[in-house]
Amino acid sequence: MPEPAVPRPQNDPLLRARALAAIRGERLVFHDVSFSLPPGGALLLVGPNGAGKSSLLRLLAGLTPPIAGELLWKGENALDDPPLHATRVCFVGHQDAIKPGLTVTDNLYLTGRWTNAEVLAALVSVNLEPFAALPARLLSSGQRRRLALARLALSAAPLWLLDEPTTGLDAASVRRLEARCAAYRAEGGMIVAATHLPLDLPAAQYLRLGGTNTQ
Amino acid sequence: MKIFIGLIRRELVLALRHAGDSVAALMFFVIAASLFPFALGPSAQALTRIAPGVVWVVALLAALLPLNRLFGADYEDGSLDLLMLSGIPASAVAFAKIIGHWLTTGVPLLIAAGPVAIMLRLNGDAVPQLLATLLPGTLLFSLVGGMSGAITLGARGGTILLPLIALPLMIPAVIFGAAGAVSSHPVSEFSMLFALLAVFFPLAPTAAGAALRAALA
Repeated sequence: MPEPAVPRPQNDPLLRARALAAIRGERLVFHDVSFSLPPGGALLLVGPNGAGKSSLLRLLAGLTPPIAGELLWKGENALDDPPLHATRVCFVGHQDAIKPGLTVTDNLYLTGRWTNAEVLAALVSVNLEPFAALPARLLSSGQRRRLALARLALSAAPLWLLDEPTTGLDAASVRRLEARCAAYRAEGGMIVAATHLPLDLPAAQYLRLGGTNTQ
Repeated sequence: MKIFIGLIRRELVLALRHAGDSVAALMFFVIAASLFPFALGPSAQALTRIAPGVVWVVALLAALLPLNRLFGADYEDGSLDLLMLSGIPASAVAFAKIIGHWLTTGVPLLIAAGPVAIMLRLNGDAVPQLLATLLPGTLLFSLVGGMSGAITLGARGGTILLPLIALPLMIPAVIFGAAGAVSSHPVSEFSMLFALLAVFFPLAPTAAGAALRAALA
């Protein structure tokens, strides 16, 4: 009797980092950072200011090359082809990348050819639809953050890289973001987030940067 | 390719909404060129002789004006990170922005160059030849200027550094462009202009892409 094909184990790591190290300026910000993320996994980066959380996120996005170590995607070196790797990530950096002269909706249209429904859904996901026609320069800092986070809804990338996503957000917005993260992970999405503020990602791994392992 | 065209569209939308940069370059072009008759006197003979050269030099300086914002604005607000992650190579991002600069600065300069040349007493029948040299000329301004803008991105004093890098590289273009505008048989001058284009067309986006990656690292 033929055995049924063995299904791929669900917890196979999709993203694996091996002994990554990065320098900023002349300083080694972190070294020997290793982790692996299965589909649906989440990794929270914690550590004091300047410990290299943002540097690690930029490295994972392919914006900065590591000086040592390797980043593997399905077992292959992810950073060999930066444009291809870029399609796998949705990066929300600590800057909001918002053009103040454009309306809230036009800021989202700037990043691609979305349909009206897609943009509306993205605005609803961060509860910004009442401000859709407002120039972005009139938004408060928390609303700007939410507009930056609205880009997550427009991305089909399997990995979210979030740099202090909750800065300036009110409690309701943080809960909404947590719910979106949970839904995303349930569909197999992976999240790497750097945060000082509590962000409830169930069963997330923690990676502590800085402190004792800097030189 | 779709992403690339999307980026050019993005540049046009932004230029339209933040029209100040392009309009400022155009106004600078017209005002700076109109200073020459004031300084040299309204003698038609003198003006006619210098008109093509003045138009060329002033157009070059005007094209440099918006360059430090070309990458600088996106660099400061974090948009450049997202552009680099849009799924096309860094050199393609740079090339899209260079094309954006040409469409929003080079083309308006080309349109204004005719009236400005006539204001400087250039004969009407000499204007088409001047514009023919400025067409590859403005493309060179955007290519070399975009490359210089990317190289000086994030550097302290980049605003000063940018023209210091771009202007010397433009000297050949100015020599052959201004000469081609007045020559009665300008084949060699046009050949040189297109030779310069053939050099900078591949070189400038590649160098600019590498510079952008370095600036964000």
